[in-house]
Amino acid sequence: MKIREIVSLLSADILCGGDLLDTDVHMACGSDMMSDVLAFVKDQAVLLTGLVNPQVVRTAMMMDMRCIAFVRGKRPSGEMLSLASSAGLAVLATPRRLYEACGILYHAGLGRTEP
Amino acid sequence: MSEPVVFTYPIDGNNFTSAGGASVAVKQNLRALGFPDDVVRRVSIAMYEGEINMVIHAHGGTATVTVGEDEITIVLADRGPGIADVERAMQEGYYTAPDNIRALGFGAGMGLPNMRRYTDEMRIDSVVGTGTTVTMKVRIPEEGA
Repeated sequence: MKIREIVSLLSADILCGGDLLDTDVHMACGSDMMSDVLAFVKDQAVLLTGLVNPQVVRTAMMMDMRCIAFVRGKRPSGEMLSLASSAGLAVLATPRRLYEACGILYHAGLGRTEP
Repeated sequence: MSEPVVFTYPIDGNNFTSAGGASVAVKQNLRALGFPDDVVRRVSIAMYEGEINMVIHAHGGTATVTVGEDEITIVLADRGPGIADVERAMQEGYYTAPDNIRALGFGAGMGLPNMRRYTDEMRIDSVVGTGTTVTMKVRIPEEGA
């Protein structure tokens, strides 16, 4: 799934990385606990979270993620956006709740492993 | 045999916002040295969890990363309170971090288990009241670097 489709599915605002919309993501992870995110490597993933602090961006950087989507209308600071931008991460903000946002992306096929 | 490359970083224990900066620097350095993505990721994630632990629990310390011929060694040394029961601390989900740290997305009892998960060897030397030294090794696959 392209980041462009995530933007559309989640009615998200693009806060940085507008040039990365055609980047593919293959997996997603939704959590407010960063150590849970760090526990399993996901290939070219998007991180969905309601947590807002610079460690969210560093966690995504450590995991070589492609995109962060902040849920529940949360807005990251300018410092977080410049860190994300320097790491080549797209950052989105959606009014959806974490559960809804994950469900929408899963339903659209992101990270689904068909039997 | 070439001389090992050594990176040393002071870890500021009073600044949660900047925590992880050393791990980001190590990641960039290892990438620049041409290591495979998997090795870079394992070293940097393990170090990142350790760095966060040093800030949460131990008022900071020093991180030393030594790039040898066939392995990368990360040594995280602090003069914090020490770990009374290392075996218990290694259990997933066992935590001692206060709620204000958990609200920041860490301290859920996954840090040490994650460090072990991503490294080939891990050793914790801790003395209560004196400090803790965590030594981790990640082997470099032969086709790497």
